[in-house]
Amino acid sequence: MHLKYESTLREPLVDGVKDYHQVTEDIISPIEAKPGKLWYIGFFISLVLLGFGAFSVFWEVYFGTGVWNLNKTIGWGYDITNFVWWVGIGHAGTLISAILLLFRQGWRTGVNRAAEAMTIFAVMCAGQFPIFHMGRVWMGFFILPYPNTRGPVWVNFNSPLLWDVFAISTYFTVSLLFWYSGLIPDFATVRDRAKTKLRKLLYGVASFGWTGSTKHWQRHESLSLVLAGLSTPLVLSVHTIVSFDFATSVIPGWHTTIFPPYFVAGAIFSGFAMVNTLLIITRKILGLEDYITIGHIEAMNKVIVLTGSVVGVAYLTELFMAWYGAVPYEFDTFYKYRAAGPLGWSYWIMMSCNVISPQVFWFSKMRRNIMVTFVMSIIVNIGMWFERFVIICTSLYRDYLPSSWGYYRPSWPEVGFYVGTFGLFFTCFFLFAKYFPVIAVAEIKSVLKTTGKSYKDKMGKYEAQEVEAFAHDHAHHH
Amino acid sequence: MAVKKFVVGSFDDEAVLFPAVKKVRAAGYKLHDVYTPFPVHGLDHAMGLRETSLHTAGFVYGITGTTTALSVMGWVFTTDWPMNIGGKPHFPLPAFIPITFELTVLFAAVGMVLTFCYLCQLAPFVKKHIFHPRQTDDLFVMAIEVTGKNGAAELKEFLSSVGAKEVNEQTAETGWWLGRYDQESRLYSEPVTVKA
Repeated sequence: MHLKYESTLREPLVDGVKDYHQVTEDIISPIEAKPGKLWYIGFFISLVLLGFGAFSVFWEVYFGTGVWNLNKTIGWGYDITNFVWWVGIGHAGTLISAILLLFRQGWRTGVNRAAEAMTIFAVMCAGQFPIFHMGRVWMGFFILPYPNTRGPVWVNFNSPLLWDVFAISTYFTVSLLFWYSGLIPDFATVRDRAKTKLRKLLYGVASFGWTGSTKHWQRHESLSLVLAGLSTPLVLSVHTIVSFDFATSVIPGWHTTIFPPYFVAGAIFSGFAMVNTLLIITRKILGLEDYITIGHIEAMNKVIVLTGSVVGVAYLTELFMAWYGAVPYEFDTFYKYRAAGPLGWSYWIMMSCNVISPQVFWFSKMRRNIMVTFVMSIIVNIGMWFERFVIICTSLYRDYLPSSWGYYRPSWPEVGFYVGTFGLFFTCFFLFAKYFPVIAVAEIKSVLKTTGKSYKDKMGKYEAQEVEAFAHDHAHHH
Repeated sequence: MAVKKFVVGSFDDEAVLFPAVKKVRAAGYKLHDVYTPFPVHGLDHAMGLRETSLHTAGFVYGITGTTTALSVMGWVFTTDWPMNIGGKPHFPLPAFIPITFELTVLFAAVGMVLTFCYLCQLAPFVKKHIFHPRQTDDLFVMAIEVTGKNGAAELKEFLSSVGAKEVNEQTAETGWWLGRYDQESRLYSEPVTVKA
């Protein structure tokens, strides 16, 4: 990440004329200013959605899971679809913060903070679905292994559903720690320039007494690097384990070995789309175009076209294996019921949103177009939602026994619950955008001199000189 | 913790800071600490700080997680309640791998963060002396302890000569105390005694 010298040919990661103080000013002043009208409108809408969600959840808990349109045939519907979808959304955050840190990708610094926040909020939304799907939610602690008074009855450590419990809670905890440990130095920056007593108090508490001591920075760097090293396999494991929920079963359309990599790619795909959706809005509202540049958006679009194509290959592989495997049930599921059956429309929405439309990102004009990116980011998220829906519902609605064939459409509390998680997600994100440094201030400062536009412009003439001097020396030697 | 006397110099560029740090060490002054708004790579080496062993601690925590997961699951399924689940073996190692991995990561991450906070004395309501309000913004602040050997005037002159933009003298608590940044007062009462 911290290169000693970066060529001026490379696109700058920080636009405009900046010095260290200007970086602080640009990123922290929105925290100190009153939020704009758009913020209030957005926050209010989010709260309304959250309220509707809370009501839907109350309805389900009060009357029981029967108010959902699940039955013996389709035991998983909206709930698990939304769970897998939200968990997937979270993955881009960890990918940007951890994997790109290990790969020394400087462009992550502009977007990592918001992406990590997105991860935390998305996992919070995801976790609720399996919990409320349990029905008697107050018995939720049964899923935890602990010595209890009901005799030595333990959870089943062989079950992928229990692996989920461990995977999701570990993922949430580690992401939270990673995010917060990165926030501590930036909270200290907010604290030290605070004008009001309340801000000094709150950010003083939040910054844990950070001073910026060299020894502390040394440990902090070590901590971030190891947490990144831990999160990288973690993020792959989480969605792999989520895919095991399906892959270890014997349902046609589910028990395939391609699921772990296919789910991970899909998760990164939808996660980057959501990061794009959020960052395009955030950079506009908070005026952070200099830090979240077109270059950043283009880099994310490249990841989207890559992972979208990986997902596309996975779909085709599934179709091929369903035919090549010569199992009639598999063949029927994939061809008769998934691509052509009564729920076939969802399959084609998935195909067109995930495989066909992202291909526009092969063209750099499209990758660098904000409007195209924004629309695409939403299309991709719709597509990825349908992917989970297709996997779950089109495998369940036609099983081995034709007498139990059914059709699935959600009831209002199911939709309400889903809408409610949007409310929760955006409520959290609006609060984050108002009260937290949306961009990692310290990290931007550490790459400013190598990747900032104003510094690069100054280096340009030296670089030209170097070339001339080099050419001169070279000629001399021969 | 003792209250000590410091001469504080602030630098506005890390390129000036590095040679200054080297000169402080060469002159044999007691360099208390350098505060920077972002991690300046190599500064720890320039100051002669030892490499952190936080990652070693992380490894130990990780191993603890691995053994905890394997031993608990093994004990539960073979000794405490050996249940027959679909005719599967009582110690199915492949099925135990996901949880073992997750606990390894969980123990390592949580343990490391707690150790980090402990070593750096970071916690909510911990308050430390801030030598310059802009040390978390854009200044690189060096604090040299005033000892019997060298007087404040000498240190001030020295810091200006190595490129410090702003030099002053401060008495400060070197450690941490429980307090709030919006209040000047400390929550515990300790007689303020200035050491040399």
